Amino acid sequence: MSANPAAITTIQGRAIPLPGNDIDTDRIIPARYLRSVTFEGLGTEVFKDERFNDDGSKTDHPFNDAKYEGAAILIAGRNFGCGSSREHAPQAIMRFGIKAIIGESFAEIFAGNCTSIGIPLCTTDEATIAGLHKLVQSDPQVEFTIDLEAKTVSYRDKTISIDMNPAARTALLAGTWNTLDELLQNEAAIEEVHRRLPSFV
Amino acid sequence: MGKNLFNKVWDLHKVASLSETRDQLFIALHLVHEVTSPQAFQALRERGLKIKYPERVVSTVDHIVPTQDQLIRPYRDDLAEQMLQAIEQNTKDFGLRFFGLDSDSQGIVHIIGPENGFTQPGITIACGDSHTSTHGAFGAIAFGIGTSQVRDVLATQTLAFERLKVRKIDLTGTRPRGIYAKDLIIKIIAELGVRGGLGYAYEFAGPVIHALSMEERMTVCNMAIEGGARAGYVNPDQITFDYLEGRPFSPKGAKFAEAVAHWKSMASDPDADYDDVYTLDVTSMSPMVTWGITPGQAIAVDQTMPVIAELDEADVEITEKAYEHMGFEEGGKIEGKKIDVAFIGSCTNGRISDFRAAAEVVKGRKVASHVTALAVPGSRKVKQQAEAEGLDKIFTEAGFQWRQAGCSMCLAMNPDKLTGRQLSASSSNRNFIGRQGTPKGRTLLMSPAMVAAAAVEGAVADVRNFI
Ligand code: SF4
Repeated sequence: MSANPAAITTIQGRAIPLPGNDIDTDRIIPARYLRSVTFEGLGTEVFKDERFNDDGSKTDHPFNDAKYEGAAILIAGRNFGCGSSREHAPQAIMRFGIKAIIGESFAEIFAGNCTSIGIPLCTTDEATIAGLHKLVQSDPQVEFTIDLEAKTVSYRDKTISIDMNPAARTALLAGTWNTLDELLQNEAAIEEVHRRLPSFV
Repeated sequence: MGKNLFNKVWDLHKVASLSETRDQLFIALHLVHEVTSPQAFQALRERGLKIKYPERVVSTVDHIVPTQDQLIRPYRDDLAEQMLQAIEQNTKDFGLRFFGLDSDSQGIVHIIGPENGFTQPGITIACGDSHTSTHGAFGAIAFGIGTSQVRDVLATQTLAFERLKVRKIDLTGTRPRGIYAKDLIIKIIAELGVRGGLGYAYEFAGPVIHALSMEERMTVCNMAIEGGARAGYVNPDQITFDYLEGRPFSPKGAKFAEAVAHWKSMASDPDADYDDVYTLDVTSMSPMVTWGITPGQAIAVDQTMPVIAELDEADVEITEKAYEHMGFEEGGKIEGKKIDVAFIGSCTNGRISDFRAAAEVVKGRKVASHVTALAVPGSRKVKQQAEAEGLDKIFTEAGFQWRQAGCSMCLAMNPDKLTGRQLSASSSNRNFIGRQGTPKGRTLLMSPAMVAAAAVEGAVADVRNFI
């Protein structure tokens, strides 16, 4: 593999479980926090409406739970990140400290947004996800290692295989997930398409 | 085997292969709004990059602008004011076409693209907004992107993207009275599920689709994304060409005929290949309404809500969550549920035909006294047209508030919001928890005519009894 400093090959750390399916980006980051010209500070607003009661007290949401503090890996459910295309959602999760997400499946736009900011998404079946949720809930100290090259997650003495979108995996391993540099290279070909398209406007 | 429109457009716009599955795709039209662009412009500044083809970018303001006192600046909300100033400055610094607050063409980005003739068949369109699929109504391949990709398109006019599969959705039979475009797409999502379209573009086809007006087709394509499909489109036909003729930015004179010939050539071939085909006969449909917290949790207005014990295992959890949030009883009726707010507007249903359909219901009737009712045109042009037809009077006389153009109560980024546990009958596209402005607020999605009926009745009602 290339020596590109942006290459992402492994993610290590403790995990935070977030059971539940179809968690949409409005829930991940409510629209009112999009009223900003930067992504800074979004880490503290992640899941805001689910983490606080009407009176301002904290709920028992995992993102409030001290035992998961410092976790680097989010274990989600099915169709995570559906709904609005806001990149603010993965930005908020990343700024909270999450470096990778394991789930049963991810919504497409959300997945694209994660790749373009360097967050690997790993998928596995429902039973395995449920098992991981239980494991982390009972022992939040378990250390996980995600190996993108081998497509595995290891913890304790176990190794399970995971799936990744092939294009996303290739880009993360090669360090080309920040697509702009890659896209800027094909200047002549871009100009050629620009010229060949019928311009009727 | 022939080719479908999706693959024709893709091949025409492909710049290069980036990896085995990822292509670099040229974006013919880039639509920009105030919410998802400031960080992208900032990234360009940091790297000293310019906009690659400014003539291919169209920008406006829609999400954060108030729909009352829209022109009184600075806005009371500092953050909104900052965002507005950012896009005003960015479009000026980078030399972009901007339909801002001083333009007669300001409005929701997915409404002004088509009405000005920017949205054309056979092109790729991207915008930092998931409902970009709307533009597929013209036979364009249009999809929503995140802010990093907005940056990529500004700087290179291209995207790194994977080719989608294509599912043809054939709507057959005859559309009954009281069934609108919104009912068709809600029904499709309810049938195929909110994840059914993952990995796909939807080609909406068949006699029912091709009998729809352009505005109705936009409603259908708008919600393709709610069914999980990144893009949705309709093959261009004479209705498409007639809509486009004479729009400010559509081709003129001899160029128009030339354009039509090209557009026709981009439509799917009669023997085109599809990855999947789904057929739905609409003849016996009833008006649809969502009762839960995803757009797929929808039933006909005359049906009862699901009983959890009868559901597939996979649907149980989200259904329980929906009942918990909505406070409805399992197996109960949706018709007759008392509403607090009625909202007609958004990029799904904020066009002139939507207000005409709703006005037909509202005319000569009064909004129930406990209901707050908002009619919010999707663009200034829609507003003007509605006022020219006297629709604003029909709405205000009935007790609706007639507002200025913007996204309004579709999402909670401007002053139009639900409060507390209010139940809203809404012509928008998302009923997610918290979407309309309060964590406890509740949304029922339906057609604008159904919203009008609910406003008058003060409760969910069957629009067929009102027309
Ligand atoms: S009307 Fe709603 S869905 Fe459409 S662009 Fe505005 S906020 Fe998004």
